[in-house]
Amino acid sequence: MHKHAVDHAMDRPPPTPPAAAGRRNAAPLVEATGLGVQRGGRWLVRGVDLSIRPGEIVTLIGPNGSGKSTTARAALGLIAPDEGRVRRADGLTVGYVPQKLAIDWTLPLTVERLMRLTARPNDAALDAALARVGIGHLRKASVQRLSGGEFQRALLARALVRDPALLVLDEPVQGVDFTGQVAIYDLIRTIRDETGCGILMISHDLHVVMADTDSVICLNGHVCCCGAPQTVLESPEYLRLFGKRAGETLAIYPHHHDHDHHADGSIVTTAGDTDTAGRETPNA
Amino acid sequence: MLEPFFLRALAAGIGVAVMAGPLGCFIVWRRMAYFGDTMAHSALLGIAFAFLFEIEPMLGVFAVAALVALALLLLQRRPTLSTDALLGILAHATLALGLVMVAAMPWVRIDLTALLFGDILAVSHADILAVYLGGAAVLAGLAWLWRPLLAATVNPELAAAEGLRPERSRALFMLLMAGVIALAMKLVGVLLITALLIIPAATARRFAPTPEAMAGLAAVFGALSVALGLFGSLEADTPSGPSIVVAATAIFLTSLAIPRGRAETGR
Repeated sequence: MHKHAVDHAMDRPPPTPPAAAGRRNAAPLVEATGLGVQRGGRWLVRGVDLSIRPGEIVTLIGPNGSGKSTTARAALGLIAPDEGRVRRADGLTVGYVPQKLAIDWTLPLTVERLMRLTARPNDAALDAALARVGIGHLRKASVQRLSGGEFQRALLARALVRDPALLVLDEPVQGVDFTGQVAIYDLIRTIRDETGCGILMISHDLHVVMADTDSVICLNGHVCCCGAPQTVLESPEYLRLFGKRAGETLAIYPHHHDHDHHADGSIVTTAGDTDTAGRETPNA
Repeated sequence: MLEPFFLRALAAGIGVAVMAGPLGCFIVWRRMAYFGDTMAHSALLGIAFAFLFEIEPMLGVFAVAALVALALLLLQRRPTLSTDALLGILAHATLALGLVMVAAMPWVRIDLTALLFGDILAVSHADILAVYLGGAAVLAGLAWLWRPLLAATVNPELAAAEGLRPERSRALFMLLMAGVIALAMKLVGVLLITALLIIPAATARRFAPTPEAMAGLAAVFGALSVALGLFGSLEADTPSGPSIVVAATAIFLTSLAIPRGRAETGR
């Protein structure tokens, strides 16, 4: 099999989040072995092993065209693998936050209607999902008028209202400024801790990878390296792929509780993702 | 007192507008206006085949429009020309072939003007029955398809990941479009069907807070256009099909002058 991965997944360092620890022995929601997809005689991705258990966060990183989205699509069963095997749990409910979702102005869609796109939630469930992502006040707002951060939160709420066992997030912080990104990563961790769902995250943004990620799979047409975030960061394959400086600039976002909760348990929204005027943001 | 032929035209026209409105919304949302045009242009070829094989013209139109949609789906699978260019080829090739075939059958007397611009004042009771039965079938199909089709319109990947089948929704939607074109052709003609699909939907957008409201409003604006156009054509003695489209356009332009609704400004 075509695979030269440095598999450090076994020596995952402590501490493990308590919510995930209890489910570590649960059956995987999705498990792929030796996954390969080819198009026009060219392998888009090959030799990928992947497993997501309840309460686990798995992040796929890699440059553009490295096969991240292809891997995720094959894992979800949207495309058939040309090599290897994919197994999904029976009756798996998926919540999906797609990449680059632009809703045309001609389609009148409120946040509320967006939430009902593929699910039939009752009002209480709908409010709870919106409150959880901190945009309860935007229920009636038109999606075209949301800021980048608000829209990503609305998409997250839409996926959450399905009560998914597996959450798939394709570039969940795009179009969101740095402060907003930190807030959304916090939110994702909270969702994992509270619901115990498995999360598959795709990111080309190497500057911020959540420290809460249980395993990172770094792709470049094949598995370049994988393991806990720190392990990947230090692996020679990773440094070769992204250059020496990548190891220095990659800021693994550490786990710390820097947010507050509303009385209903929702997170106090950071002002940064709605308004950057007059503020200094690190990437400005 | 209104003449019976006029009442028949009104009944048939409103029937077509009510089914064209909701379908037209999806054409606007999915940016398929040119695709609709292409399918409509192929209707003339369908008429030619219907005469050649001596079948019901509506069936011929439906079959050819569906085949054109299928051809496009297959051509899009392989990365060759852009969709835009493919549609241009299909639209004009089928229209030209239809014109050539009609001309090559001198034993068939066809009123070309009626095919291109419609002949709504000549509709029979049988035509009205066809419009209402066919229209009910199209609307029932759309209602059944609504949820997966809307999800696929917002994002096909999302629809697929969450267990819906966007490709199937799209193919079925194309069949519904072929049905509307077959039913509407006699009334407004192959060149103006797309206008009846798109203009009322575009008018409805500014007043609609949800996709469902937009579909309903599009049907209302369409019916209004038919009524206004027909009365106008009666008064001014103008061709009825084009008059309906002119009325739809006038309503659209008037709606732009109305101050922005709450739905559009959002919160």
